[in-house]
Order: sequence, then C-alpha cells, then structure tokens
Amino acid sequence: MSASAVFILDVKGKVFSEYFKELEEESIRDNFVIVYELLDELMDFGFPQTTDSKILQEYITQQGNKLETGKSRVPPTVTNAVSWRSEGIKYKKNEVFIDVIESVNLLVNANGSVLLSEIVGTIKLKVFLSGMPELRLGLNDRVLFELTGLSGSKNKSVELEDVKFHQCVRLSRFDNDRTISFIPPDGDFELMSYRLSTQVKPLIWIESVIEKFSHSRVEIMVKAKGQFKKQSVANGVEISVPVPSDADSPRFKTSVGSAKYMPEKNVVIWSIKSFPGGKEYLMRAHFGLPSVEKEEVEGRPPIGVKFEIPYFTVSGIQVRYMKIIEKSGYQALPWVRYITQSGDYQLRTS
Amino acid sequence: MTDSKYFTTNKKGEIFELKAELNNEKKEKRKEAVKKVIAAMTVGKDVSLLWYNFRDCEDPNPLIRALAVRTMGCIRVDKITEYLCEPLRKCLKDEDPYVRKTAAVCVAKLHDINAQMVEDQGFLDSLRDLIADSNPMVVANAVAALSEISESHPNSNLLDLNPQNINKLLTALNECTEWGQIFILDCLSNYNPKDDREAQSICERVTPRLSHANSAVVLSAVKVLMKFLELLPKDSDYYKPEILKQEIKVFFVKYNDPIYVKLEKLDIMIRLASQANIAQVLAELKEYATEVDVDFVRKAVRAIGRCAIKVEQSAERCVSTLLDLIQTKVNYVVQEAIVVIRDSDNPDLRDRGYIYWRLLSTDPVTAKEVVLSEKPLISEETDLIEPTLLDELICHIGSLASVYHKPPNAFVEGSHGIHRKHLPIHHGSTDAGDSPVGTTTATTLEQPQVIPSQGDLLGDLLNLDLGPPVNVPQVSSMQMGAVDLLGGGLDSLVGQSFIPSSVPATFAPSPTPAVVSSGLNDLFELSTGIGMAPGGYVAPKAVWLPAVKAKGLEISGTFTHRQGHIYMEMNFTNKALQHMTDFAIQFNKNRPFYNPDRLTYTTQFSLPNTLYRALHYLKILVPLFEVAVKNNIDVFYFSCLIPLNVLFVEDGKMERQVFLATWKDIPNENELQFQIKECHLNAGE
Repeated sequence: MSASAVFILDVKGKVFSEYFKELEEESIRDNFVIVYELLDELMDFGFPQTTDSKILQEYITQQGNKLETGKSRVPPTVTNAVSWRSEGIKYKKNEVFIDVIESVNLLVNANGSVLLSEIVGTIKLKVFLSGMPELRLGLNDRVLFELTGLSGSKNKSVELEDVKFHQCVRLSRFDNDRTISFIPPDGDFELMSYRLSTQVKPLIWIESVIEKFSHSRVEIMVKAKGQFKKQSVANGVEISVPVPSDADSPRFKTSVGSAKYMPEKNVVIWSIKSFPGGKEYLMRAHFGLPSVEKEEVEGRPPIGVKFEIPYFTVSGIQVRYMKIIEKSGYQALPWVRYITQSGDYQLRTS
Repeated sequence: MTDSKYFTTNKKGEIFELKAELNNEKKEKRKEAVKKVIAAMTVGKDVSLLWYNFRDCEDPNPLIRALAVRTMGCIRVDKITEYLCEPLRKCLKDEDPYVRKTAAVCVAKLHDINAQMVEDQGFLDSLRDLIADSNPMVVANAVAALSEISESHPNSNLLDLNPQNINKLLTALNECTEWGQIFILDCLSNYNPKDDREAQSICERVTPRLSHANSAVVLSAVKVLMKFLELLPKDSDYYKPEILKQEIKVFFVKYNDPIYVKLEKLDIMIRLASQANIAQVLAELKEYATEVDVDFVRKAVRAIGRCAIKVEQSAERCVSTLLDLIQTKVNYVVQEAIVVIRDSDNPDLRDRGYIYWRLLSTDPVTAKEVVLSEKPLISEETDLIEPTLLDELICHIGSLASVYHKPPNAFVEGSHGIHRKHLPIHHGSTDAGDSPVGTTTATTLEQPQVIPSQGDLLGDLLNLDLGPPVNVPQVSSMQMGAVDLLGGGLDSLVGQSFIPSSVPATFAPSPTPAVVSSGLNDLFELSTGIGMAPGGYVAPKAVWLPAVKAKGLEISGTFTHRQGHIYMEMNFTNKALQHMTDFAIQFNKNRPFYNPDRLTYTTQFSLPNTLYRALHYLKILVPLFEVAVKNNIDVFYFSCLIPLNVLFVEDGKMERQVFLATWKDIPNENELQFQIKECHLNAGE
C-alpha cells in the first residue's frame, strides 16, 4: 500500500491546507476536532476513502456550530460512481476555461549536443458549469486521426505519449476510441498530462564562452537566440549564468535587457522582458578573481533559462472542440489559452 | 476561537468530571466536554469509560450510524467487541452505501481484534456478499477488507475469486474511486487466471488504468500486468521487454539533482546500458567523472568498468574513456580509473603497461598505492537480485518493498500482513563465488552489491575520519559503502546462523575456533564462552565508544590472548530510548603491514570472518585498532589501543629455536644496539 501511502500523505496535506490555509503544527492544534473528522473520512483502518476536498467540505464543515442543526448528511456523491462532483451546482453563466500549458525540458552538453529534449504538457480546466454536464474534448491526437481517417496533409496532428488523466475521465473509453469524455469536478483541476519526446529545436539557444584566468579575472560571453517563429514573443526571459563563488567586482554589457549579479547563488541573471522569435542578443560580463586561490574545487553548474511564450505550443497541439452537454440544454462557452514555458532547461558549461 | 486550549487542562478526576459534563443539560457544555474528551484521547489518556453510545448505530442520520460503527471498531476492548456484533450486522445491510462501506472496513478491524468471532458470526460471508453490492465503493471496501483478512490466512481462498467475481470486480474498477481501484487491482493481482485467454482479457481491461493520474493506481495496474504477462504467449501485443531501454535519457543526471537521486540514476543507467546506447552512456559517465562530489565521481568511474563488463563489445571504448580520465590528474579519479582498468575483464597487457606508464608519469605515489593494492571485485551486479526474490518483489510493486528491493518482512515489524507472497527465498543460494570474502554466504541478497571488497571500504571509511591521509584506491563512498556492504544487516546474518533468531541484532558468533566474541547484552557472555580456555591476564573492559558520541550506543571491550589467538571482546549497550537494529561491524586493516595473499577464510559468516581476519593480523601491527560499527541509526567509528600483554602467550614460555628464529626474522635495520653501562646483575634478582 505504500505507493498509495505516499500519495495520500500528499493528498492529506492538500486537503488540510484547503481547510486551514496554512498547514503547520499550530493550525492542526487549533483545529484538532476537524483534523480528526477529516482523517476519519480520508482513511479508515489505513484504507484511503474520500479524498476530494470539495466533496469533504460539503459535509465536514469548518464551523462546528453548523453541525448542531442536524442538517449535515453524507452527500450521495461520496459513494456515487461520480465521486468528484455533487449534484445541484448552479451558475448564471456557464463557462469552461481551458489552459494548455507545455513545459520544455532540455539538457544540452557542453559541446552543444542536445542530450534530452522533451515536452511535458498539461491541460488544466476551470469549470463553471451547472448541473451534471457531459464534456468531450477533441484534440489533434495522431492516433485518433489515424483511427478516424482524418490524417492527411491538411491536418497536423501530434503524437501524445504517457497520457495521464484525472480520475473523472473514462479511461476505458479513451483506450477504445481515444475519446476524452468526462463529467468534470467543479472549479479548477488538471484534466490531463502528456509527454512528447519528439525532438524540437531548442526554443532559446545559448552559446557561451566562460574564460577563467586564475588569480585575475573571469570573462563571460553569452549569446541567446530565439529559435521560434517571428510572430511569437518570449516573455520574462531569465538566463542564469554560473560564476565562481569567489568572483568580485562585476561589470556587464548587454545588447538588450539587464544583467544582475546574485552573489548568494553565484550566478549572473540576465533578464529580457520580451524576446521576439528569430532575434539574437549578447551579454558580456567581467569579474575579478582574488589572487589567492581558494582550496575547494567547484562544480560546473549549468546555464539555466526561464521563459514563457504565450499563444503558442511547441508540440502543435490544438483543442479542436470541447462539447458540453447538459440535460437542461444550456449553452456553454469554452475558452482556450495556450502557453509554452521553460521546464527544466539546462545547458552544461565546460 | 481556537481549540488548542483543550489540550491544557490536566486535573485529577477528570474522567468523572467529563462524564458529568457530557450529561449536562446545556448543549454548549456537552459540546465542550466532547472536545475535551477528544483532546484527552489525543494525548493518550484512557477515556474508554465514557463510551456507551451504541444506540448511535440506530441514528436516523447515516453519517452518525457510520461514525458509530467506525469508532466502535477501533475500541480494542473485548467486552465492547461483543456488543459490536449486532449493530455491525445491521450496518452491513444498511440501506445507505456510506454505512455499508464503513461497516465493511469494520469487519477487518474486528478480525484484527478477534478473528474467531468474525468467522463464527458469519461476517466473512457478509463481506463476500458485499462484493456483489450495487455500489462500487462498497465493493471496493469489501475487497480491501477481505484482502486484508486473507493476509493472515494465506492459504484460504477467502475472496473466492472465480471468473464471475472477477468480472464484477473489473466492472467496479471502472466506477469506483481511485483508491477503490487500487484495492481491486491489488486483489486481482492475487488471482490465477485459468488460461491465457482469461489472462489476456483481464490485461485488456486493466491496461487503461495505466493512464490514471494517481500513481498508486498505475503501479497497482503494472503489478497486475507484470504477473499476468507471464501467462501470455510471447508474441502477444503485450509482451514488450526492456521497455525502458528507449528512455535512458530520462535518467541522465542533472546538476541540481540531490545526491541520492544521482546515485540511483547512475545505477539505472548501468542497468539500461546496451550496445545501442553505450556511446551516450559513456559520454555521460565521463562527464560525471569530472564533477566535484567524490562519492558520485567514484561511482561514475566504476560504472564505466561495469559497462565494459556488461556490454563486452564496448570494453575498448570504456578503457579509452578511462584513459582520458587519468589525464584529469584528479587524485581519486585516477585511482578509481586504474583500479577499474586493472581488474576489468580486458587484461590486454600492452594496455596495462601503457596505463601504468602513464600513471607513473603522472603521480608515482598514487601509482604505488594502486598497483600494490588489494584486488577488488568488479562484477556486473545489475542482475544480482535473486530470481525468487525478484518474483516476490513483483508481487509488491507499488509498495516500499519494490523500492528497497527487500521483501516486506525484512523491514516491517510485527506479523500483520507480511506473509510472504510467492516462493520463499533461499538464503545463500547466490553469488558465493563472486562474493568478496571467499566462502561468505550472500548476506546482501536484497541489495546488489557495488563492487568493493569489504575490508577496503571500511578501511577507507576509517581513513576519512581517523586514519592518516593514505591514498586508498577504490573507495566507494562513505554512505554507499556502508549501505552496500552492511546493508544486509545483522538480521539476515542471524537468520542464517544457528543463533536463535528470536534474539534480535546479535552478532552471530563464528563456529570455528576463531571465535569472535561480540554481542549484545547477556547473549554476548554466552557466546564468548564457546570453545575458549581460560587465558592469561585480561584487562577489565574499558569504554571505547561512549554513548554520547554514538547516539546512545556504548561499546566497551578488551583484548585477550588465548590458545595462540588474540581475541577482541566487546559489550554493546543500548543507552538510548529507541531500538537499535541492523548492526554490522568492520575493522580497519592496519594498512602498511597488510598482506592480503596470506588470508585464509575459514568461517561461514562474513561478519565474524572480517573480525577474525582483522584479528589475525594483530600480531604484526601497530597496536592501534580502528573499528566502525553501523546500526539503523548511523555509522560510528572508534579506535582502541591493543595492550601489549595480549601479544604474549599465556604461559610466557617460548621454545629456544623459535625464539632464535623469530629474532633472526627481524630485519637488521630494525635492530638497535647499545650498551647498558653500570648495570650489575646479582644472582636472585
């Protein structure tokens, strides 16, 4: 049971945080009665039971006083097949917000060869829908296209790997015909995640020369190139370049953005607010080194890059449709937003 | 308003006051009282006198009914258990699924308290009925309860798994909560399909679970698939061996990975290394060998040697990678590289000569250390997990057992729920030949051993802390070394020895004349007695390792000389408040005089063996003895001076010829001559 044990510890932490905002010894003492109630519902004899904090909040209420009215009943949701959504939810305006977020993980060797390049995507939903809506999400999934004969030169599709779904998604249905169908929980949740190992050109490419002249100085030259299409812009770009821990008297020169020395992390951070595709920028840094060399050997930390490119997915994944059907027949609006961001993005230095 | 104040009251007669308050007319007072009771329970007070509310099981509110049955199941008092039967029976048939699912778990609780009663009262049948319940959560909890109960009846087919039941379970799988899915999957994994078609159809229905976001669900599904795939024909779609080989890049080490992740990744990389990816792997290993963390670097360099053995075609490539590393001139990299080259299966003499030449031109001191050092064992340990153990571990995928590579009974205390699944393991059936200490039975079955020979490692450990800065080849790491060679721990040793295994954490004495006396508490005294004649003067035991320095472990001891052997006697005293387990001990070899070729191994057990070996060489050493002791808490080091008297034979006699021969054996340069003047010897003095 221990995989679930570890998982449930995590879950418990989340549930408690949602109840008490901050999870610490003090808040547990202050709310010990609720903690007991929650533990009772979360686990029975070591078996995880109900762990959805939204559902728990329906019958384990924050204020003990409310319990006295005797209204507190177990919501049928707890034992329903749909244990993540209660009936009777109402919204004036029925809307769903879909966020497609792709993180790029990159590992590049000091000689410039790409060791690892992968895209980890997540689709997050914010659901404001009344009743018990049936949702169906259509993606340009290659397997689906092949199944339905949609694949052709016109329709670009992506090959998703390691697809993982929130428990609301009917897994056997997806396994059968790649349909992503579900009754969503209310509010925010992560619907699915996927991975693509197809190699793409690194979105921001870094070339660096770090020259260390012992006892005197370090000269750093960093060139950053946006290798994505010209219409897109990377925001909040931060390139962190390692410097020796005993370096001093920094001097910088940048063609765009600003550089800042962070002695506590032994890095120079070069920030560029907006970095359009196809552009190339340069940063030079100069540090002094003490004449007495320190004894311990230092590692060679990699250069790290952070960025965000809105309205764009590296994989080319697209939400083709989101069908929302509820028996009351209301009209609901799906909104989609795409963003690509840096994940674990490292370039080793020599 | 906060509730923490309830923890502060601490009056006498509290229970009676509480009883009165619980019966107070005012609702507010009653509520206060209940909170006080719960607070009292939290800090461990016995408040069982206050419980008498069985009528709650009849409450119109299902929440209260379930709460009552859940709470009563947790009161482990026989009298109360008896009263529980009737309400429980009702709750198992309650109209509300919430009550039924809680009652199902209560049966498992009750079974834990009084198994006989559960059987007599027919609760097991009621549970089996619940498997057909209309509500998926009830089904899941009934399955969980039955599985739990059947753990203590390994042979009974409590769950009565048959194709119809299995079908119900597979249907419930699609409908119940994520946790329920885990119970069902775990239960499915214990089923034996009647033929490959049934196995395949179960696999087909379980496979979609691999896409679940809850990793525990995924692991349980993997477990089912792993077990059933065995039954499928090898050409079926499902059969995909070595699935991770494509994914080796995922295990490349990142700069900011914590060290334990780095080391683990390194192991996985070796496991996945093949001819197809060896170039990449070697390039990575070379990269790691230039990092700063010594443990990691050493392991990386050694990994290159392992690659050479594992992927034979790559041996030459590995050697040239190692040669490159020698150029780095980083001391420990060079040492490690040379040791690996010297002992890998590529004994091309020209190569070796070339390497030595290079080494000598780089660092003659290191060269000497390395070339003259003891030959370590380098094995490709990736497949060291014993097949039966592997089978057992597959049954525990998703639990810590599969992370530790140990069966659950090796690290879970108590008898509950840890009966062995699958075949029992045969201790000592593997790698006797490969083991660094000749005839040692494999005590580290559960953990693949990482190359080093035992002596070296601890020697190195000690050098880190105590010894002079000797350049010692092929050190793994402090952490790794200790874990690797001592990981099997005393438990496994005891398990194999003739010492009753009811005595925990005792050093197993060796059955040979070279009895090594060391142990815990009284047992120690017993074991020292075996086969020992009374000897000469024995100094009283001195404290070698004070408890304050070793987190509560005190070690005292002395040296004795009996029948031509030198013995070291130790008492271990636990002065801490916690249990100490998994003891292991190592002795430094007293390097400069050490001659490994003269070692003979006569004992069965690695631990006393090591001790014996160390003692064997005492006579030629400087009289400082360095020892490391590991237990579940930490590794401790201490050293003790060997009193000269133990070097003397008991009766003080020596044959004339022996004396002369010994005298002549002493090299001339060690002889000093000087005259003592004005010394008058009178008869009788």
